[in-house]
Amino acid sequence: MAACSVEELLAKAEQEEAEKLKTISVQKELDLDFDVGNLLACDKNRIESRDFKEQKKEDFLRVLARDNTQLLINEIWKLPTERVEEAIVAKLPEPATRLPREKPPPKPKPPTKWEQFAKLKGIQKKKKTNMVWDETAKEWRRRWGYKRANDDTKDWLIEVPQTSDPNEDQFAKRVHAKKERVAKNEFNRLKNIARAQKIKTPGVGLLPRTKQSKDELSRAVSVAKTSTAFRGQVPGPTTQRKAPQERRQEEEVRASHRGLLQREAEAAGAPEGHGQQEAQAGHHQGREQTDERGGQRGGRVQEERTQRGGGREAQGEGGQRKRRQSWRRESRRRREEERETWETLRSSTSCC
Amino acid sequence: MAHSDGITKPKTRRSKRFLETREPKLLENVKNAMIMKGGNTSQTVTQALKDIYSLKKPNAVLYKKKNITRPFEDSTSLEFFSKKSDCSLFLFGSHNKKRPNNLIFGRLFDFHVLDMIELGVEKFVSLSEFKISKCPEGTKPMLVFAGEAFEMDNELKRLKSLLIDFFRGPTVPAVRLAGLEHVLHFTAVDGKIYLRSYRCLLKKSGCRIPRIELEEIGPSFDLVLRRTHLASDDLYKLAHKQPKALKPKKKKNISHDAFGTKFGRVHMQKQDLSKLQTRKMRGLKKRKGEVVAEEEQRSEPKVAKTES
Repeated sequence: MAACSVEELLAKAEQEEAEKLKTISVQKELDLDFDVGNLLACDKNRIESRDFKEQKKEDFLRVLARDNTQLLINEIWKLPTERVEEAIVAKLPEPATRLPREKPPPKPKPPTKWEQFAKLKGIQKKKKTNMVWDETAKEWRRRWGYKRANDDTKDWLIEVPQTSDPNEDQFAKRVHAKKERVAKNEFNRLKNIARAQKIKTPGVGLLPRTKQSKDELSRAVSVAKTSTAFRGQVPGPTTQRKAPQERRQEEEVRASHRGLLQREAEAAGAPEGHGQQEAQAGHHQGREQTDERGGQRGGRVQEERTQRGGGREAQGEGGQRKRRQSWRRESRRRREEERETWETLRSSTSCC
Repeated sequence: MAHSDGITKPKTRRSKRFLETREPKLLENVKNAMIMKGGNTSQTVTQALKDIYSLKKPNAVLYKKKNITRPFEDSTSLEFFSKKSDCSLFLFGSHNKKRPNNLIFGRLFDFHVLDMIELGVEKFVSLSEFKISKCPEGTKPMLVFAGEAFEMDNELKRLKSLLIDFFRGPTVPAVRLAGLEHVLHFTAVDGKIYLRSYRCLLKKSGCRIPRIELEEIGPSFDLVLRRTHLASDDLYKLAHKQPKALKPKKKKNISHDAFGTKFGRVHMQKQDLSKLQTRKMRGLKKRKGEVVAEEEQRSEPKVAKTES
């Protein structure tokens, strides 16, 4: 009896196992397409409308879903597994379905001017340490940035060198030199970007805009005049050809003005603004008079040029005073150039 | 400032990171979806949008306000929203007499509309009506598409690709076997598309692979295909272009013949043939005083057969 029961038990166990094995197998006409990387399964088998309508929809769909999911799980269980922190994890392959990207792939940036030069010369980048030992502060400080080491603008004592002007402000000089370097760096950075994007920026000149500002126009005119100078003579009202009658009348006007100007030139030592105002007033009168002559000169231009500085007024009248290249004007010009480039770039990017 | 392009540099590290996540990359981020309502919406549509948002959390944004636009006519407002929120998938729900309970699924490439497919909701059972515990949000769902229509019909093919894009989560290198809970099943029968969402229970079976039992948890949709706006072939191809760096590197020196045998070339260094280990025969052993002519053998670096 015991033997029979043992046999029966074994037979039962075998049956149960066979049943269980059946439970994970699914019969399908066509095999499914699997993309395990995406946990995706596609069933291409035909769904008979008759079957679908006979049964209740939900039950039919549930049975179908169960079968398909079972097949997908069978596939997933075939993957290699590993144990990661008390959980068994299956390593997924790369997703096989091709799906469109979100954004186009990134374009390689064209090398900057320095990078081109370095490649040409074979200069390698040297890794520099972030911290530098500062002797004065006796501690490690950044090489650049906030509270940097060896910051010469922060010196509380500067020895005035023998060769320099005693009235010059050395501290302001250093601060200004720093600002110049920063502006130059920024300008070069923008030039690199413009070169990378192939936007044309004018070196000196007018940007194509509907309204030009007064400063830009005056600057453009002054640059054009210098560039078209012949034998050192800047083209002005004197160098233009006029009718003899006009010329005589102008000479009279100019003579009367020369007296005025001499007085103003003396006053130019005083604050510039004051001198400018006087010059403007003087020129205003002159402009009205010359305008009466019907001369189509940029009267406005003359007025603007006087705004630049006391030294330049006389030139318009044919004076031979050398243009004073004061550093203030130079830096202002550079800053304005930079602003121009910035605006070109901004307007061009806002278009696209 | 979508193209900051280095003109205005970010001043803080946080803003720098923000811009870096949004710029085009080799390996892309998960696609975000923006879910929005049209000028007029019904209760069904709003509930449907909320349910799909909960399926797609956290890679989705649900906008509360109504947007009076028509995506099929004018897609500029959609493109503007996608630029602002950095989403490349959208779901637009609306309701009017002509098209009741309308859902427009769409995707964008480079912030321009790529594909748009309009589906009408005929029957909808919401998440709240299934009184069963749901899967935690953020689980990567298994997707199953049934029905030959998904392979035959062109529009349904695109719809399939769009739905895969929409519902697949982030691409992961490995998945926890016990965490495979959520199944989304799409069936195309009789011109309709049925979406059912199940939670799968892994039951013990005799062997290693578990037996699956399903219970319905999620929203169930009966959808019908309405209008479509599919991308032109060239734009579609352009969107699929992968950068060269992502292509798997081809292993050199491996070739297969018709029978599947794997061939490769083995390059040998110059061997010292006197020290070569060959089968030793006692009769041929060199004895003292005997002169044996050595044959010159050349072993060629020839093709070595390895069974694959």
